[in-house]
Amino acid sequence: MVFTGLALWAILTSEAWPEVQQQFFNPDAFVEVFPAVLSGFWLDVRMFLGAEVLILFFALLVAMARSLRGPAFFPIRSLAVVFIDVVRGVPIILLILILGFGVPALDLTGVPRSPLFWGVAALVISYSAYTAEVYRAGIDSVPESQRMSARSLGLTQVQTLRYVLIPQAIRNVVPALLNGFVSLQKDVSLVFVLGVREGVREAEIFNARTFNYTGYIVAAILFLIVSIPVARFTDWYTERDRRRRQAMSV
Amino acid sequence: MKLQVEACSKAFEDKVVLDELDLAVAEHEVVCLVGASGSGKSTLLKVINLLVPVDSGRILLDGRDITAPDVNVNEVRSRMAIVFQSFNLFPHMNVIDNITLAPRKVHGVGRREATAMADELLARFGLLDKRTEYPDRLSGGQQQRVAIVRALALEPELLLLDEVTSALDPVLVGEVLALLRELKESGITMVIATHEMGFARESADRVAFLHAGKVWEEGPPSELFTAPGRPETREFLRRITEAGRL
Repeated sequence: MVFTGLALWAILTSEAWPEVQQQFFNPDAFVEVFPAVLSGFWLDVRMFLGAEVLILFFALLVAMARSLRGPAFFPIRSLAVVFIDVVRGVPIILLILILGFGVPALDLTGVPRSPLFWGVAALVISYSAYTAEVYRAGIDSVPESQRMSARSLGLTQVQTLRYVLIPQAIRNVVPALLNGFVSLQKDVSLVFVLGVREGVREAEIFNARTFNYTGYIVAAILFLIVSIPVARFTDWYTERDRRRRQAMSV
Repeated sequence: MKLQVEACSKAFEDKVVLDELDLAVAEHEVVCLVGASGSGKSTLLKVINLLVPVDSGRILLDGRDITAPDVNVNEVRSRMAIVFQSFNLFPHMNVIDNITLAPRKVHGVGRREATAMADELLARFGLLDKRTEYPDRLSGGQQQRVAIVRALALEPELLLLDEVTSALDPVLVGEVLALLRELKESGITMVIATHEMGFARESADRVAFLHAGKVWEEGPPSELFTAPGRPETREFLRRITEAGRL
């Protein structure tokens, strides 16, 4: 509190503050840029909602592939490992640039050319790799005896994952999944590098035209408005889960 | 179902748990495995269920080698069932779903039919009022009885029981043993690893004492418990008696 107060006091009393205020917190610019940034932000919202659904699905498939045991599944398991290693090793911004500019340039028939499509695809691919590891941690956290018990009943490996391990695993990793979702909400704005007119891009366009930065503040506020509730929900869920487990172990 | 374990060996890292172990179980026979902790009782049961692969030796079910590489593991497992010391019910499913999962997904039985069968088994073992409860709402004895019902729902020809009473309060042991006695009446072939010598003495057709990774001595309980032939068996029984477990 004290530090925040001191920092605020330092900022607000600095000599350059009036100028910064004009550049970043200009009420007239705020009114002017708000509609454009808001409509761009609406695209961000649609992107992260759509991407999240795909990510949760693909990541689960990758995690399942990675959790299969035995020599028979070696090829599919290796494929999952290679996918995760490669994708996690590449900065997400590069993945967006490579796919967003690279694939449309190939000019393949039947392949979408929209930068928006490939930007979101890059996000889905990247986040699927991370999220697959979250799922896998969850699957590994289910006691081995559950797997053995399911297998002893004659369930196949895939059935064991689907009916026994994954339902328990997901419960264990909901907070981690929500955390990834918060992160994705902000990272969707990275597709602005492809020229997609989402919130940050609209703010940038305004800035290029007027040399005023208020649009960025507007975008930041909009991102906060959606991410803070998810963060609060994550904490609430984690706390409730902790209490339930405690009650169960008594 | 007739079971033959022939010269099975299993080592974990350097620790030899089973050493060319032989065991034959006739159809409708109830065999109790006794022996100190770590004598290989649990491992033997898991080996028979193919949950743990043997290093060498073979296992025959009705004369067919189930350790052969071309065997469908899931098909073999669906003809026998194993129940563990720690129940291992699925905590996210209620009793009915725990019991009907394998019949529906492995045997392809319809939900209605599987549920009817589960209800019948639950009624037979006095658990019908628990059918929609989740495992964490049941006592240990109830959980273990549900686990046994879950195994029975597969209509196994061979039932493997791995110290099913060891994790239970003494008061709850009785209800599980009563269930096992009833099962014996039904004629199912059973291999039971147990520390309950009283139960073994009264219910087993044959008792096998495991020691050093082998069936060290076996015979009808009346003989093995009263006139053990080998010094290791005598020593084991002496210690059990001292502990007041016989």
